[in-house]
Amino acid sequence: MTPSIRTKNVWGRDIEPEYETRSPRQRRDEPGVGIRIEGLSKSFDDVPVLHDLDLEVPAGQFLAIVGKSGCGKSTLLRLLVGLDTPTSGHIGFVGPDGAETEPSARIVFQEPRLLPWASVIDNVIVGLGEGVNKREARRRAEAALAEVQLAEKAGEWPSRLSGGQRQRAALARALVSQPGFLALDEPLGALDALTRITMQALIERVWREQGFTALFVTHDVGEAVALADRVIVLDEGRIALDIAIDHPRPRQRGAADLAEIEGRLLKGIFK
Amino acid sequence: MTLAAELGKPITLPTGPRIPARRRAVQISPSALLPFLLPLAVVLLWQAATSFGWITNRLMPAPIQVVWAFWDKLVTGELAVNIQASALRAISGLLVGGSIGFLLGLANGISRLSHALTDTTLQMLRTIPNLALIPLVILWFGIGEEAKLFLTALGVFFPIYLNTLHGVRNVDPQLIEMGRVYGMNGWTLFRKVIFPGALPSIFVGLRFSLGIMWLTLIVAESMAASSGIGHMANSAREFMMTDVVILALVIYALLGKLADVIALTLERLTLSWNPAYQKPVRT
Ligand SMILES: Nc1ncnc2c1ncn2[C@@H]1O[C@H](COP(=O)(O)OP(=O)(O)O)[C@@H](O)[C@H]1O
Ligand SMILES: [Mg+2]
Repeated sequence: MTPSIRTKNVWGRDIEPEYETRSPRQRRDEPGVGIRIEGLSKSFDDVPVLHDLDLEVPAGQFLAIVGKSGCGKSTLLRLLVGLDTPTSGHIGFVGPDGAETEPSARIVFQEPRLLPWASVIDNVIVGLGEGVNKREARRRAEAALAEVQLAEKAGEWPSRLSGGQRQRAALARALVSQPGFLALDEPLGALDALTRITMQALIERVWREQGFTALFVTHDVGEAVALADRVIVLDEGRIALDIAIDHPRPRQRGAADLAEIEGRLLKGIFK
Repeated sequence: MTLAAELGKPITLPTGPRIPARRRAVQISPSALLPFLLPLAVVLLWQAATSFGWITNRLMPAPIQVVWAFWDKLVTGELAVNIQASALRAISGLLVGGSIGFLLGLANGISRLSHALTDTTLQMLRTIPNLALIPLVILWFGIGEEAKLFLTALGVFFPIYLNTLHGVRNVDPQLIEMGRVYGMNGWTLFRKVIFPGALPSIFVGLRFSLGIMWLTLIVAESMAASSGIGHMANSAREFMMTDVVILALVIYALLGKLADVIALTLERLTLSWNPAYQKPVRT
């Protein structure tokens, strides 16, 4: 299938040509991993944050997680990428053959967290970990930077980049190892509104090209509805709402049925 | 957030920005000479004061006499021998005290156990001025090189220890967490995140310790020595050779400045990623 070239973004505005979707759609050979969460609980000092969570995410799905501040969104992502250990319950990643695998999980934080003493490309190379030879690492990092339209900044210090460029470098670092699963914890939360628009289009595009499973935490319900295949509302560590959005892409923000979903989600958050 | 949290440098220099270096042609603008105006005036006034007999030559020699003394010590080779002796003491004191301070600072910054074991003791020792140890040091080591090495190393130790510790403890925890996400641990994490992050603070410690290094050395060399700038000054005092005494002071000042310039240059080279050290790009 050849997707139509997007000329409008999710808000119906014209997209800069550099953000057009590549065509034909390039999927990786190895698609995203599925996620199977069973009875997951997490407490900090006996204060429960996540309660007996069950969640199944099919491989390649773009799942958005919304919810009030402090409801446990970041905690869930941190558990998924192994930055914390669950108090109880099980997290499994399912490969294409249906068996559980050790995935390469990556996370993009709200802050870019680039090493200020390393050039942009060396920061991206960090994403490959140890054991990749220098020339190969450089080649792959350059490709990842090109993917996020940052190739010309490869040799720059991070301090010389704009906020959006830094976040794109962080995204390149997360994607350079071609992870099966990418967690994004409010990655656009610190960016201005215009930069958010281009970044949303960028994230959607790389997701479509690479086919990883995306868990995207945001506090912007409109953003969630525009980008995700499915949105869940987290409330006090429980899934309060789980809505599939099988609206064709590209989506126009403000479309009546999307607005209706947005309204339902907001009601779910503030019920 | 401390400065140290944002600054740092890897052991291997990063393949940094390949911005074409714009070198300015070497030319001295008049404003660059301004800082030298005051010293020049002082020297002229000093020369006048001695030539016209406003101050007695016995207490304060004319600048030109100091220059002659310099020439005299230079041709006899005495100056080279003494500078070499002092510099050698300074460097060995810095190396010994600095590396112990650096290693302990790292260990205590990284390991809670090491910190719990040693930090309180070190902080207690720090309150003793190191020159107050002179009588004890003489009893222990006599008046030989060991005593001078001990005193300078001790003086240098504390600034480097404290600032290394501070630097390591203030490395941005978010960067450390990022490193863990990308599988860094142990040596890799240290080399890529902790050490570069602590480096600006370590440099602060180094520059502090250089000052203490010269101060301790001056005192130690006038205490007892058979060579060195301090020895030169002290024996000149016995013969009322004021010009040589002044010469020794000038040399101390120059050596101190030289050490500081070297430290600053190192700092600039290794911290070039830091916005504070980047020259604005002119386009
Ligand atoms: N390391 C921690 N120690 C103690 N409490 C924590 C820790 N991390 C998160 N919490 C608590 O867990 C709750 C959920 O936090 P978080 O997952 O960050 O929420 P959010 O949905 O805003 O991302 C909050 O009440 C927070 O205070
Ligand atoms: Mg959060």
